[in-house]
Amino acid sequence: MKRWIALILLTLILAVPLMAFAEDSVPTVTGNAEAISAVQKNADFLWTLVAAFMVFFMQAGFAMVEAGFTRAKNTVNIIMKNLMDMSLGAIAYWAIGFALMFGVSKTGWFGTTGFFLSDYAADKDPWTLAFWMFQVVFAATAATIVSGAMAERTKFVSYLMYSVVISALIYPVFGSWAWGSLYKGSGWLEGLGFIDFAGSTVVHSVGGWAALAGAIVIGPRIGKYVNGKAKAMPGHSITTGALGVFILWFGWYGFNAGSTTAANTDTALIAVNTTLAACAGAFGAMIISWIKFRKPDATMTLNGTLAGLVGITAGCANVLPGSAILIGLIAGVIVVLSVVFIDQTLKVDDPVGAVSVHGVCGAWGTLAAGLFNADGVTMKMIGVQLLGMGAAFLWVFPTAYILFRVIKSTIGLRASAEEEREGLDLGEHGLAAYPDFQAHTEPTGAGI
Amino acid sequence: MKKIEAIIKHFKLDEVRDALNKIDIQGMNVTEVKGFGRQKGHMEVYRGVEYEVKFLPKVKLGVAVADSKVEQVLKVIQESAKTGEIGDGKIFVYNLENVIRIRTGEKGEEAL
Repeated sequence: MKRWIALILLTLILAVPLMAFAEDSVPTVTGNAEAISAVQKNADFLWTLVAAFMVFFMQAGFAMVEAGFTRAKNTVNIIMKNLMDMSLGAIAYWAIGFALMFGVSKTGWFGTTGFFLSDYAADKDPWTLAFWMFQVVFAATAATIVSGAMAERTKFVSYLMYSVVISALIYPVFGSWAWGSLYKGSGWLEGLGFIDFAGSTVVHSVGGWAALAGAIVIGPRIGKYVNGKAKAMPGHSITTGALGVFILWFGWYGFNAGSTTAANTDTALIAVNTTLAACAGAFGAMIISWIKFRKPDATMTLNGTLAGLVGITAGCANVLPGSAILIGLIAGVIVVLSVVFIDQTLKVDDPVGAVSVHGVCGAWGTLAAGLFNADGVTMKMIGVQLLGMGAAFLWVFPTAYILFRVIKSTIGLRASAEEEREGLDLGEHGLAAYPDFQAHTEPTGAGI
Repeated sequence: MKKIEAIIKHFKLDEVRDALNKIDIQGMNVTEVKGFGRQKGHMEVYRGVEYEVKFLPKVKLGVAVADSKVEQVLKVIQESAKTGEIGDGKIFVYNLENVIRIRTGEKGEEAL
């Protein structure tokens, strides 16, 4: 008997929600619109923030590539530069950069509201914070690119100064032209239809052209050019450099796929394009270095991977996977030719190839985003892409050049020759990265 | 007594050590060295720029032996260190005035 009562009770309990359900209307998308949009909103926050954290991790990648491709005696200096361009750059971006880039822009040239993240104080909208978080790591990426091109000879305090100016001024102003409307701004370039989804130009070319200006103003490392001929200065750890490239590749999924700043299905195409371009970039660089130097060059192939990634950054959301392979492959070839041209013909000393990877391949990627547009290409589109590439160079190169000249003629840009020979680690930081190893110049002249 | 110094390729060290052990050598020391011989180093390419590696890494091993054993040791080292390719290295032989074993105070051939 007891068993029967229990069974009836159980049936009733199970039936109650069913009866309630029957009274309600059948659930529909419109009927649950509010709940669905709340879930979507949370998903957008989650994806944007996770992507931001992945882009942040690219700082580790940049630090490892730069450290590995240079000599052991400058490693502490490189670690400090990469740590501080994020740390100071983020504060500068909070105070000034974000407002210039995404504040209300009456002219289309730069924003004028939202300094010190005051938008959040006004509207208490957590999206302001999530969006800022995603953007600040992009600003830090642009700033850190310069570090590699000026490695092994720059005075630390001068590095800190220009790093802040790039994050606070040079990067955000150009960014406002192309991306301002993602928040409260409105840039003249995006108004024309400029395509740069995740920043081939906005982040990479901007960083790359600033790096070019820096490398020109500071001059080559001691011993890099002897009687007008380029000398090799082998990096001290290909292992470290390769780890850095893999970290960057991983972070790039946040960089590109996160640039939707929304949890949606577009991310799949972007992730596939990003992968294929990186692979093709590595392959292209390997083949061309194999042909040119008789052996598949490891550091060039690693550069090629990054070249492919930079190349697909602009067009990752509007080209098809087959085009992504072509874009990456061409970027991989370009980067090797560009490194050799800048190193041996222009005689500009860029120890890690930052100008070629970010500046030159960023420009290529921007053009490619128009050329390979999945919905067809028009002359106007190509014209606007070219205009954007040119505008980036004409804004960044002169301002960065003036900035470096001003620093050079005031506090000085370059470490002393003695310090450079001894290694910046001891001179600038009083610490060796590898105290138990001999890390000084070898009789070969190349040194460790 | 003689002191024998041999400059050999890194990857030959174990082979030479095993060969010397077989003829009952009582001890040996090893140093990492860099240097050049008739080839004067070699060329490598880094990021498209050729550069000369002027000093190549080698291993230098030292053995002290009784006069009666010198020829045998030289033969063993020569055979076990040889690849037939350039850069196999060289053997140097010096007169050795005296040897003292620190723990026991033995001298001369007794100390070897």
